[in-house]
Amino acid sequence: MTIEEQVKKIIVEQLNVTEEECVSEAKFIDDLGADSLDLVELIMAMEDHFELEISDDELANISKIQDVVDYIKARKAA
Amino acid sequence: MITDGKIALVTGGSRGIGRAIAVRLSEIGVFIFINYFQDTQAASETLRIIRDKGGDGEICQFDVSDFEAAQKAIKNIIDKKGRIDILINNAAISNSGIFVRTREKDWDTTIEINLKGVFNCCRAVTKSMMKQRRGRIINISSVVAEGGNSGQVCYSASKAGIIGLTKSLAKELGPRNICVNAVAPGFIDTDMTSSLSEEIRKKIIDQIPLSRSGTPGDVAGVVTFLVSRDADYITGQVIHVNGGVYM
Repeated sequence: MTIEEQVKKIIVEQLNVTEEECVSEAKFIDDLGADSLDLVELIMAMEDHFELEISDDELANISKIQDVVDYIKARKAA
Repeated sequence: MITDGKIALVTGGSRGIGRAIAVRLSEIGVFIFINYFQDTQAASETLRIIRDKGGDGEICQFDVSDFEAAQKAIKNIIDKKGRIDILINNAAISNSGIFVRTREKDWDTTIEINLKGVFNCCRAVTKSMMKQRRGRIINISSVVAEGGNSGQVCYSASKAGIIGLTKSLAKELGPRNICVNAVAPGFIDTDMTSSLSEEIRKKIIDQIPLSRSGTPGDVAGVVTFLVSRDADYITGQVIHVNGGVYM
């Protein structure tokens, strides 16, 4: 599975949304109905799955699915 | 029983109220991690009582005021048991003395153990409880948090801090079905109160409508209720167990 596919799979599980809703530009709070607690849980699930830590500062830059994908790709490449 | 197989951590479980809570919870089928700081013998004695009554648990040494130590110890519990269902923040010190003579260190130590200790342990269990969509946190406050008491400025401040923490955490974690409550004991017979003179004891008891000091069991009974299914709809509350001395 590509990183994008893995990210979307986690989002589907965590936020109880459909794969179709998980377009790259979908915003977690505005489009996928997440609240701040959902977002934190989602990030924790990403941290567990990809074995990395996302700081609160970096979290501030994450609002849509593509942001997470880009972030994880960058971290994995580093 | 519905609580069978649940996993609890009781901080300060070696003596007094903590021991009574640990024993009572074990009687309803909960596996108890008995946290203690120094007194291994007393913690082992709590475990022995639990086992004598047919329950089970483990002793678990760490300093609640040490953030890293608390995270590590609680992670070990979760790794070992796969979960943690109940956290009882009971560990505390009492630091009595006339305010004008209070040292900075008295304040720091009291806040670090009594208040930061609660933060440290809550912080370590919440992720796991959020994932489970269920959890119970009971913080042991004190009657002096709301009623005040001369000679207990540091102690009452730390115990009042616990109430604010309890309410905010209850609001934040409510959507994840985690109930956070505080229990505020009054004058309870423990090592903490045993140093008082007979004269002072009598003076205190004269103020209590139920005309007696409380027992650790009086507090443990309320805690046991709060972790049960009967208390599923109670969160963010301060339950006073004080014989009516403060209403």
